[in-house]
This record gives sequence, C-alpha cells and structure tokens, in this order.
Amino acid sequence: MSQALDEIKIGGLGASRKRVEDDRFIRGKGNYTDDITLPGMLHMEILRSPLAHARIKSVDTSKAWDIPGVHLVLTGEMMATRNLAWMPTLSYDTQAVLATDKVRFQGQEVACVVADDPYIAKDACEAIEVEYEPLPAIVNPAQATADGAPVIRDDKVNQPDNVIYDWEVGDKAGTDLAFEQADVISRLKLHYPRSHPSPIECCGSIADFNRATSKLTVYMTTQAPLIIRAAVALVAELPEHMIRIVSPDIGGGFGNKVPVYPGYVCSILASILLERPVKWIEDKSGNLISTGFARDIYLDGEMALRKDGKILGVRMHADADHGAFFSDAQPSKFKIGLLHSTFACYDVPAAHLTARGTYSNKAPGGVAYRCSFRVTEAMFFQERMIAAAAADLGMDPAEFRRTNFVRDDQFPHRTPFGFLLDSGQYAKCLEVGLKAIGYEDFRRQQAEARKRGKLLGLGISTMTEPLGAGNSREYDILGIKMFDSAELKIHMTGKAILRTGARTQGQGHETTWAQIVAHELGLPAEDVIVEEGDTDTAPFGMGTYASRSTPVAGAAVSMVARKIRAKARRLAAHLLEVSEEDIEWELGRFYVRSAPDRGVTIQECAIAAYSNMPDGMEPGLENTAYYDPPNLTWPFAVYLVTVEVDPETGVWDVLNMVAVDDCGVRINPMIVEGQIMGGLTEAYAMANMQFITFDADGNCVGSNYMDYLLPTAWETPGFELHSEVVTPSPHHPIGAKGIGECAAVGGPAAFVNAVLDAIAGTGVRNIDMPLLPDRVWEAITYRHDVSGAPPVRSDD
Amino acid sequence: MTIVYEDRGDDATSEVPVNRIKFTINGQKMIAEVEPRLLLSHLIRRGLGLTGTHMGCDTTNCGACTVLVDGRPVKSCTMLAVQADGHSIETVEGLSGQSELHPLQEGFKQEHGLQCGFCTPGMMMTAKALLAENPSPTEEEVRWALSGNLCRCTGYQNIVKSVLWAADKLRSQG
Repeated sequence: MSQALDEIKIGGLGASRKRVEDDRFIRGKGNYTDDITLPGMLHMEILRSPLAHARIKSVDTSKAWDIPGVHLVLTGEMMATRNLAWMPTLSYDTQAVLATDKVRFQGQEVACVVADDPYIAKDACEAIEVEYEPLPAIVNPAQATADGAPVIRDDKVNQPDNVIYDWEVGDKAGTDLAFEQADVISRLKLHYPRSHPSPIECCGSIADFNRATSKLTVYMTTQAPLIIRAAVALVAELPEHMIRIVSPDIGGGFGNKVPVYPGYVCSILASILLERPVKWIEDKSGNLISTGFARDIYLDGEMALRKDGKILGVRMHADADHGAFFSDAQPSKFKIGLLHSTFACYDVPAAHLTARGTYSNKAPGGVAYRCSFRVTEAMFFQERMIAAAAADLGMDPAEFRRTNFVRDDQFPHRTPFGFLLDSGQYAKCLEVGLKAIGYEDFRRQQAEARKRGKLLGLGISTMTEPLGAGNSREYDILGIKMFDSAELKIHMTGKAILRTGARTQGQGHETTWAQIVAHELGLPAEDVIVEEGDTDTAPFGMGTYASRSTPVAGAAVSMVARKIRAKARRLAAHLLEVSEEDIEWELGRFYVRSAPDRGVTIQECAIAAYSNMPDGMEPGLENTAYYDPPNLTWPFAVYLVTVEVDPETGVWDVLNMVAVDDCGVRINPMIVEGQIMGGLTEAYAMANMQFITFDADGNCVGSNYMDYLLPTAWETPGFELHSEVVTPSPHHPIGAKGIGECAAVGGPAAFVNAVLDAIAGTGVRNIDMPLLPDRVWEAITYRHDVSGAPPVRSDD
Repeated sequence: MTIVYEDRGDDATSEVPVNRIKFTINGQKMIAEVEPRLLLSHLIRRGLGLTGTHMGCDTTNCGACTVLVDGRPVKSCTMLAVQADGHSIETVEGLSGQSELHPLQEGFKQEHGLQCGFCTPGMMMTAKALLAENPSPTEEEVRWALSGNLCRCTGYQNIVKSVLWAADKLRSQG
C-alpha cells in the first residue's frame, strides 16, 4: 500500500503555503540595506546636477572640506586620477560615475561627500560650488536626430551624432510582399511614455573595505549580486575572490535594482580610501531622476490584412530614447531587448522590425521594468494595433484575435522573428475571459447606455512573453551566459539548506523554492531553509529580473533535488539490501518494488549518508546543479476591462477587470495571484497616471511622488483572477512558466482599449498613455488623437 | 550619545545645538538629546535602533515611515524629533508581545498582504489607528484610510483583506 506523503500537507507543489519571509517583515525585523549599521560607519551623499546639459567650468570643494565632520569630498577629477570617472555599462557603453567634462542629464552625479552623519554630508554637498555653462538640451529622439543637433556624447570617439544603434530583425522582402497582397492596411503610431519602476525602497550601499584582509564587502540593493561582483572586479580592478556582495532584504526591485549606479562605485572608492565602512542611501528624488527609467519609446507600425480578418504581415519601427548613457541591461545579441517578441501569440506569416536608439539629456536606463527586456512595449503595441486593425476591418476584436491566434496544435511554434513558443491554449483563455466579463451581455448594456449618453467601453488585451533567459546559446549579458544554479545540502537529520544565484525582492523564493524541494524529495517545506544574496555562499546565477527565477533558478532547484534523490536511491538500496533496480520512489519514501511495505524515508537516507553509507560511496548528501534552459517559457494571459468614461470631464472608472493567466504549473497559487494583482496595478498605473516627462530645458517633471503619481488603495480597482487554464511548459522540469510580470506587460493595453472603445463614436484612434482626464476630454471634445509625451510648459 | 570630531584647531567643531526631549516609545519612557533638525524617523531608526520604521520618500508621500503619535498615524519623516517631546510614540516593534502577534500582523500573513515587506510596517500602523477608531470598517473605509500609504507589490487587494481579517479577529476578541 502506498505510503506516499500528501504533497499539499508538506507544503509541496500547488500548496498555497503561507510565506516564510513574512515572519520577520510583519515584526519590523526585516534587514534592508539601510537597516545595517557597521562599526565606524560613515555616510555619503551625492551632489547632483541641476541642469540637463552643461559644460562644467569649475568645481570648488574647499568650503565642503571645511565643514566639521567631513572626511572626504570626491569629484570627477579625483575619480579620473584613479581611472574611475567613467564605468562600463551592461550594454557596451560607458557611463560617467562623477561628471568631469559635462553634465548630460538633470540629476547626474557631480560630486559626493563622506561625513560622520548624513546631515553633515548633505550640508557639505550644498557648500560645493559648481560653475556650469548651459548647453541646449535634447529631450526626445526627433530632437536628437535633427540636423545640427548638439552631440551629447562628445566624450566618445567615433560618435559624430546622437544615434546609438540602428537594428533590424525579420524578413523585409517577405513582409513587403505581404503588404502588396493586402486588402486592408492598418496603421498605428504611439508613444509609450517614460516611466520609473520606483520601488518604495530607494537604492543604497554600504561598502566596507578591510585593509588588513584586502577584502571588500558591499551590502547593496541589487537584484543580481553575482553580476555585480564581476562588475566590481572589472571596474574597481579588485580580485574577484576578495569581493563579497551581499544583497540583504530588498524593498522592491522591478528592474530598478539591476544596473550599477555611480553611488555604489563612489561608496566603494570612499571606503577603500578611508578604510572605513561608507553608507550611501539615495533619497526618492535622486532615485526618480537618476536611476534606471523604463519605456520612453515611439512605435510606428502597420499591419497587412486580408478582408476575412487574417493577418498577412506586420511592419514596425521603434525610436527608443535611452537617455545620456546606453545602460540598459539586456541580452547582448539584441539591441532593443526582446521587442521582437511582438505579435508572438498571433500566427503572423511575415514581419519586419527596425529600431533606432538615440541619446538624450535625460537619465539613462531603459531597464526592464517588470518585464522581460522591452516586452511590455512589444505587447502594448501589439494589442493596440490588434484593436485598431479589428476596428478598421469592422470585425469584433475578440473574433479577430480568435482568427489569428497560434492554434493549440501549432506548438512548438516558430515566430517570424525567430522565437520558438513552447506551449499554450490561447483561444481557451480568451473564452474563459469573455465568459467571466459577460462579453455579449456587456455589449448589449453598452449599446443601451450609449443611447442615454453614457459611455461604456470594454478593452481586451492578450499577451505572451518570453520568460527565463537563456538558453545560453542566444542569451548573454556582456558575454556572460544566462543560466542559473542551485545548491542543496541535506543535513543528517533530514533538514536542509538551499541556495541559489537568484535574489528574491518580494517574490517569495524563501517559501517557493522549499516547495519545489518538498515536491522532489518529500521533505516538508518547513524543513528547508532558503538562502540567497551572499556571493560568498551563493552558487553562480544571473539574478532575479525578467521573470526568470522560476523558469531558470527554479528549474535548477528541481534538478539539484533530483541529483540528491538519485544518490538517496543508492543509499536506500544499501539500507534495504536490494539492488537499485528493485527500488521504487513515492513522495518521501523509497520502497522495494516486490514488497512495498519495506521502505526507507528520505530522512533515513539522509542519516545514512553520514553514518551508514555503502563501501566506496562518497559521504554526505549535497549537490549543485547548473541549469541552462533549452528554451524560454511562454506564459499567456487575457486581460479584460470594462470602464465608464465621463464625457464632461474625461475621467474614467474601471467597472470590472478580469485576468486569465496561464503560467503553467503554479508552485504556490497564493503567491502567483499576489504577483498578478501587483502587475495589474502597475498596468493600471501606466494607463492612468504614472509617467515621467521633461520640459524643453530637460527639467524632469516627476522627480517626487507629488508629480510622479503612483496609485493608492483608493483608486486601484479590484481584480477577478482566473486560473482554470494550465498549459505546462514542456521543457521545464516541473512545467512552470514565468509569471511575475505578465499582468504589468499585458495589462496597460486592456485599459487603453477599453477607454477607446467607450469613445468609439468619436473617430479617435489613439490617446497616448497616461490617459489623464484632460487628454481623454480633449479627445472626446475635439474628436482628435492625443499623442506624444504629455506637453509640459517650460517656466521661462 | 557621544559625538567625536576631528580637532582642526578651531572652535567651530563644538557648536552643535542640542535639545533635550522626553517621550515614550512603545510604552517605555525615554530621554534623548537631539539636534533640532533631526527627523523623528531618524531618531527612531538611528537613535533608538528601531529599524522596522522604514523611509521611502522623505516627502510624506509613501507612508512607509508611519508611526502612531498619541495614537494618531503620523509620517515620521516629516515630523521633527523635538516635536515628539512629551508625546507617546508607537512603532511596528510595539505591535506584538514576546510571543503573540497582533491580529494585524496575523492578518497580513494569512491574507498575503505583503511581498517585499517594505511598506508593511507603515500599513499596519495606519490600519491600527483606523481600527481603534472604527472597529468594523467597510472595504471602502479601509481603502480610504490606507490611501496615504503606497505599496508597489501587492495591488492593495490583499492588504485590504488583511485589515478586514484583523478587524474580524479584534471584534471576536471583544
């Protein structure tokens, strides 16, 4: 008789296990970077440029040095003498650590002060006198590429203009042919505004260089500590084994905490020079105006259509504003992330994409804000284009999607841009969503409401997203292949420690990784402790972003547990005195096939590994697995929103929102649902209020939470989540797919499509995000599109 | 508190004005000598070592630093420490006893009301003030009460549920 454990009871796969990490957070006992105090620690503050583009004529730090309690004032010139004024970015560009020749965006780091106390350091920053000669500022790609535009990156040789790259992918000739054969050509042009991931915790670091041991320890807010270790080794020219990066608890990341920022580098140099720990904690304004922004891309495309609704081809051009330095983190083979994942869930025979990246006098970035490298922009354009094309054809938008979806029997499906979709049930997800929102019924209500002058709208968005980079053949960052790893040590009493090269920032790895171990080994999840974020103990991994942890590190957890199980099987055979071939496994227990009552538990195997192993067997029960995924995982989702728009004010309210997510096997349904709701909220934020813009002088509008609006509990709508459709990834060890970002990626278009559906009678084709009331009102009142970055007057 | 400065041979080093304040923190009476410009959040975090009160924005927007001053929720990043003189302050560390969690803490864990955990202490303190005033809030009342506290991870739905869970439990405890 089976004595297998009940997987849900031991907190295994599929259990909505309560989170382990909560126990410290709810008591205020988390350990975030700013919570750490080291003996003798000093504090660093940064002086930032007030101007977007200016030549630095002089920097006078003498008054700052005179302030009691000041230990060090660093300028670009001083950095330059140590070859640290510039650092390499993750995209083969360079970025100023402290400005020497020019400042290139408002908020750029110009100098920093280290003092006994952060208040003193701030005082001293204000005492630094910098003389600037203002230069004209460039704030968008059109200005950057205009004739006679000032060259922002005159520090670089072979950089005669402001163009960073021209990139192309797809089949131009085949796409041209598709457009020749088209019955209808649909066109759409839009701007995805600049945004900021804006975790509530800002960036910071504590560098602690010990002259006696030559070891540098840096506690810092990073999503990818092992990459940072390599970067510090290269930038600071320190031996890698003498660098320890510790990523403590992180107060949200969302892509903002992937890049290397000047503050980190300055705190490291300061600690080396002063031989004392140096803490730098950024303030919110510094975070919003200088660290990795997201989006800021102009997309222009067209779709070739047959009368019956079949898509024949897609053409698309992207103009991406990267700010003053090209510092995105992205796979090196792709200049504009995975933008070419656009239209992946539709069976599009031919497609061609061109992209141009340009510099501007804005903060650098282009980070993957809750998305897998520009996938958000790809999916937003896709779903806005789909809505526009359906309207042009006079076809129901749900029917148009149904007509063009990749069918269930087409997997694995190769997209025209070369991706290989692993699995999915797209039409089924759509049907679940349409039923949940009451599609037909809502259309009737909408028609009746319109007669009474009420504007109701329904928006659909679908998405699929390439999650879990690599495989390592195609995906690398600066040549470092994108794989991950896990190390599992089973102690003799059957308790265990698991380490990975990922780094949780709220995703709950401490809870879910233990669930995978429970699933593979039958150890209760509570007997497995998970540790991440310390480069002295973690196995190598590329970190947590782009929804890659479950697809890659999570897979490594499965694989290392299976290695452990294989060894435990040999121990079981020894204990049961039968050959290995006669052993069977059920959750938590090996037994003799011919005598199922004779068995040993995984815990009994663990103690045997230390006390009773067979002759010749290496003692202990621990292992490491490196996992190089054969492919990306492709979750799919349908988001549906109904709204009511007030024609008098342009204000729109969400009536109902339904999310149908198929992310394969869910490790912890509670955590998955939490991530979906968080993502939907950020989607709502993008559509409704959240953007950063600049005036003509390059002043950042959105440098604090009064100007950069984040939704609160009051505005944020409720969400109805559906998990009925489960299509396991065929290549992932437990069939899981990434999920953390799907809703933020796919959600925005649903809101915009809903508002545009509500005002369909006006002939308005596009309102660029955010759909602020005045923009919606303008569209309704003047019956024209409202496009581009929201205009902000210059206060001159 | 000892402050040590480098002796540069001038008198400027010694003139840091200090105010003496008396206050209560989580039920314990305290005396502190503080610079007049010191923020209450810094007194709590650095002076008292209570790092559960987080600082997110320094501008009274995000609410991560919310504490209770005489029972009322206050964003401690925009209150000066000297203003706490004579007042009673409660932080997240004062919510639970040695072994027993406050119903709000239990509620946040039960309803998955947190992810990165950074906004959580401020959320719980604001919610505590709400439930003291209104033991049976509606969902709408909870949302309004929490509208000064930002969260980037959860989308609020589970935070609201957590507070309602705690309200239920507090009511059943009488």
